[in-house]
Amino acid sequence: MTIDLEKANEIVARFKDVEGALLECLHALQHSFGYVPAETLDIMADGFNISRAEVHGVISYYHDFKTSPTGRTVVRVCQAEACQSMGSRHLSEHVQKKLGINMGETGADGNYSLEAVYCFGNCALSPNIEIDGKLHARVGPDKFDEIINAGEKL
Amino acid sequence: MINVYIPRDTASLSMGADDVAAAIEALPEEINIIRNGTWGMTFLEPLVEVKTDQGRVAYGPVTAADVRGLYEAGFLKGADHELCHGLTSEINYLKNQDRLTFARCGLTDPLSLSQYIDNDGYNGLSNALKLSSKEIVEEVTTSGLRGRGGAAFPTGIKWNTVLETEGTQKYICCNADEGDSGTFSDRILMECDPFCLIEGMTIAGIAAQATKGYIYLRSEYPLCKVVLNEAINIARRENYLGDDICGSGKAFDIEVRIGAGSYVCGEETAMLESLEGKRGMIRAKPPLPAHVGLFGKPTIINNVLSLASVPIIMDKGGEYYKDFGIGRSRGTIAFQLTGNIKCGGLVEKAFGITLGELISEYGQGTYSGNEIKAVQVGGPLGAYLAERSFDLPLDYEAFSEVGAVLGHGGIVVFDETANMKDQAKFAFDFCAIESCGKCTPCRIGSTRGAELIEAGNFELTEELCELMDTSSLCAMGGMTPIPVKSALKNWPEDFEK
Repeated sequence: MTIDLEKANEIVARFKDVEGALLECLHALQHSFGYVPAETLDIMADGFNISRAEVHGVISYYHDFKTSPTGRTVVRVCQAEACQSMGSRHLSEHVQKKLGINMGETGADGNYSLEAVYCFGNCALSPNIEIDGKLHARVGPDKFDEIINAGEKL
Repeated sequence: MINVYIPRDTASLSMGADDVAAAIEALPEEINIIRNGTWGMTFLEPLVEVKTDQGRVAYGPVTAADVRGLYEAGFLKGADHELCHGLTSEINYLKNQDRLTFARCGLTDPLSLSQYIDNDGYNGLSNALKLSSKEIVEEVTTSGLRGRGGAAFPTGIKWNTVLETEGTQKYICCNADEGDSGTFSDRILMECDPFCLIEGMTIAGIAAQATKGYIYLRSEYPLCKVVLNEAINIARRENYLGDDICGSGKAFDIEVRIGAGSYVCGEETAMLESLEGKRGMIRAKPPLPAHVGLFGKPTIINNVLSLASVPIIMDKGGEYYKDFGIGRSRGTIAFQLTGNIKCGGLVEKAFGITLGELISEYGQGTYSGNEIKAVQVGGPLGAYLAERSFDLPLDYEAFSEVGAVLGHGGIVVFDETANMKDQAKFAFDFCAIESCGKCTPCRIGSTRGAELIEAGNFELTEELCELMDTSSLCAMGGMTPIPVKSALKNWPEDFEK
């Protein structure tokens, strides 16, 4: 698959002269392409006047940046202490079984990606799950199934 | 026209506040819906309020399905209903708090500058503009305010260091990378009273003679980004930010920068690296960020709540703020009651209340109804405390005496089903996932620690804890032993077999 290099150039041009804005640039690229395509590394290296290795170092350091496309639906499950105290370990097992993928994986059919997150900051209403950017609180296995089943009917 | 308040913060939205708003909007009445911030009584969210002659009457937690019944019961006139809690201002959970920093949260529409100003907003800045930089710093020093991010360093001393450091450009960096599990007070402040943070940063800028501020916001808080950016635009338009703040000739502006899912970027030097567009690796100190900070320039780095406490200090005076609290812990701290707790939420209190009072009087025990087993205070790097520690007063010194930390005020309750060996192992696992990798004790120690716990070698675990504590470069590796050691000490039975 080829990517729209012109768009990538435009995005990098927007950030390259803003002080320290490499993360902002990566967020913008990811927002646009769904991940950070390998083809954009050279563009960033040129734009920000750093080595390709440095760009790679930044991308690989942060959990948020993806180097390949995610599933059509991204499910993020909080794994941190407050959610643990309300059964997130059990919930995570259920979610993995239901979606047929492990934490950190994207299904072969490209339907779902499953990600671990350490805290959404909604700890008085644990456990929390985010599905395609929408946060759901007090999610048990049943509520999770309900949300996923409703989404699949659409 | 009936005024109905429905909060628009993340917690309320996660419990269906938008659906509730749509259902209320569809009622056959002239209703003016105001999307306010949350009062922090999270267990009642979405908390719908109806304005009456007596005051605002609260109903919660309301689901969209409840709206019909509420309407039939006459909630638009403030009538009684099983979800009714009477006047919001009379609810004990809220009434008994010391709301200084969070005074406006829940009360106002977060993006209404006029409501902000009508409720004491920008009084602090207006006072600060009449003072010299030195005098502002002195007022903040008098207040006894200490860093609310967790390290509790005196804010006034930090500001003074930056003020006295020569530099052509200085920066104010707001650390909004609230990564601790069990915390959300920064999020509430940013979502529900963004002008308060903007005002605090502006005062810091004037005090330290810095003209540029950054808010380093974690990516897990997308709503904060939207609210902050809108508020910044409004403040710019009304000359509360920009080249000539309120006609004073002084310049200050703010930019929001988004993190990318790294816990350790909440450590101040890693945050600076990240703000510079690099990997979030810890810097060795010295030099202090106050001398050599962002882009090598003198920089004030403060937590959201430290900065958001400044407006009221500059409004009512350092002495007023200092009158709250005990010992060397002055003012108020925002506790967050979370995890397996019946009445979770935000409780702003003067320092000195005990952990037990907070959990029983406000929290009302566990959500599950089971006995409490453990309470983790201060985030993933904080100690697991057992019931015998519940009479500890919540103040920085009392906690450090028993090897615990208050941190950012997060309190996570676990019931008797918790396994403390699992929690101890998780502390190491989390450190392994989030370690920046710069120093060996943290990078390697975290993985070895998880293995040791798995293998049941607790003697060596203790030795490893000692090593990580004394030789890690920052709090990530240095404090990971705290939850581990406290779990080992308080629940040895969980580590048998």
